[in-house]
Amino acid sequence: MAGVDWTDSAIEVGGAKLHLKRAGKGRPVVVLHHETGTLDHLPFYDALAAHYDVLVPHHPGYSRSERPTWMRSVRDIAVIHRGLLSDLKIKDAALVGLGFGGWIAAEMASMAPADLSYLVLVGAMGIKPPQGDILDLAITGYIDYARAGFHDQKAFDRLYGAEPSIDQLEMWDICREMSFRIAWKPYMYSQTLPHLLGAVRAPALVVWGDDDRVVPQSAAARYVEALPNTRLEIVKASGHCVDMEQPEALAKLVTDFISQG
Amino acid sequence: MHLMYFTEQPMSAYPEQAGRDFGATALMFSNKHFDPVAGSRLYNDYIEQYMLAEEVGVDGIMLNEHHNAPFCMQAKANIFAAILAGMTKKVKIVMLGNPLPLAENPIRLAEELAMIDMISKGRLVSGFVRGGGQEQLATGVNPAFNRERFEEAHELVVRAWTQTGPFRFEGNHYQHRVVNPWAVPLQKPYPRVWIPGVISKETIIWAAQQRYPYIALNTSIEQTKKIWELYDSVAADVGYVGGPENRGYLIQVHVSDNEEKAIENARQFRWMQGEFTGLAHPVWSTPSGYGSGQRRAGESGGFAHLHQADRQGSLPGDPGDRQEPRPQEPVRGQCAGPPQVLDRPETL
Repeated sequence: MAGVDWTDSAIEVGGAKLHLKRAGKGRPVVVLHHETGTLDHLPFYDALAAHYDVLVPHHPGYSRSERPTWMRSVRDIAVIHRGLLSDLKIKDAALVGLGFGGWIAAEMASMAPADLSYLVLVGAMGIKPPQGDILDLAITGYIDYARAGFHDQKAFDRLYGAEPSIDQLEMWDICREMSFRIAWKPYMYSQTLPHLLGAVRAPALVVWGDDDRVVPQSAAARYVEALPNTRLEIVKASGHCVDMEQPEALAKLVTDFISQG
Repeated sequence: MHLMYFTEQPMSAYPEQAGRDFGATALMFSNKHFDPVAGSRLYNDYIEQYMLAEEVGVDGIMLNEHHNAPFCMQAKANIFAAILAGMTKKVKIVMLGNPLPLAENPIRLAEELAMIDMISKGRLVSGFVRGGGQEQLATGVNPAFNRERFEEAHELVVRAWTQTGPFRFEGNHYQHRVVNPWAVPLQKPYPRVWIPGVISKETIIWAAQQRYPYIALNTSIEQTKKIWELYDSVAADVGYVGGPENRGYLIQVHVSDNEEKAIENARQFRWMQGEFTGLAHPVWSTPSGYGSGQRRAGESGGFAHLHQADRQGSLPGDPGDRQEPRPQEPVRGQCAGPPQVLDRPETL
């Protein structure tokens, strides 16, 4: 889907300076990226931008957004992103949270905004998996960790190259440090989030790759249990990074879900 | 000169091949290889060594700690410091040192050290360290706040030792509504503090700013010279002249009847894959946020080296990022220049 015209802007929200990429027209869809940051362009983003006004804010401390040294929790990021939507006067947004971004999306939804239209959580972190553990960044090499998100390593190679660049490794290190600063203990989940999700009013879709080696699929059931109005979709032949490994399949799931209303 | 005896207290009783096969001998190297019977024997051997060291007249015994590592069985330096406080009579008990960021409650540390100081009748040298990267992971402490925790815990310990309680401490990483430890150190204003280190610039600068002696751990002659240059220049900025009393150096020395025997002895001493601290795993030894930002800028090639190690690749769940063991041969008849003369610490 070449030819999607993405704009870049820098926006100051509260105590954070955010980098925002935006493209497309229609219902606002906010995509919240992984803890490995985000590449500038992804087929999944383009596919959504064909239907919607897509916003991809870089989380504070990740990718092209500056690190606010005061941040101590993932909920801090959720509050900043809520502020971003208010500043941009965006109403009725759908949130699509990818992995770690799924945790942020769930936190944003748990604040029970009246105008949230849809919530999509893809391999979301944020809840302690009843079985298994979330893969530990701290003891896993940069490339090993990024590769663990893929069922098929060729999909990784296509996006990052078989030998990721030094710049990419450095970016993973910067992102990793931010994840440590805000999600060290308990690691990559909140003990209160499951109890807050009952207040979410928007319909939710929980998506998981059938070969997720980063966040155990048992967490999907916990999300489905905690959210009042939700269903689960499993994407075949996909690791944790469904957005990067099966972009068409995920885009279709998202557009079908959002257009239902 | 002040001469101290030091052993890492290695666990020499585990299968060397297991370490080589796993590719790392720290953090995730399984403790199924630990043998408590050998551990009990070795701990007691080390006590005997310390007693002998005092008998033959060393000025001090240096203690340290590491976690999840066969190269050092001391998981809590204060335990051996307490043993030495009770069992020895003359030696300085030189802790190099307590890893401050690992402390969840620095006041307890201040209390333990005060007890050691009093039991030893003022023989404590209370060194502090940041702790290696893998120590943070072994104890679940956030590496991204390592330096902040180090500085803040240091402030709290020194205040707990020197400021009359009760008082309140509200820091970024430590909050204690009641600071009032009953036990305070014998030495006044507080036990002397030495700071050991290897290469970290910030630590050298910090030590010089505090007027704490800096102990270079087995650094090369060139590195060591640079360390003293930096230390002295910071000292000059702060308003004092750095000298021998600010300098310490750790060197491995092998003494025997003749050179051949000494070399053979040194080879055996270095049996642990030829590494000072076993086989390292770069991602564990330098977790994100543990080092300074300069690491990323490629200064001293630190991050580029890490990248290379990362690129060697491995399967998730494996130790990964393997480094080939680099046998380090003992250096014949060489020492790091003339020994620095350290003033004997003032009598207590």
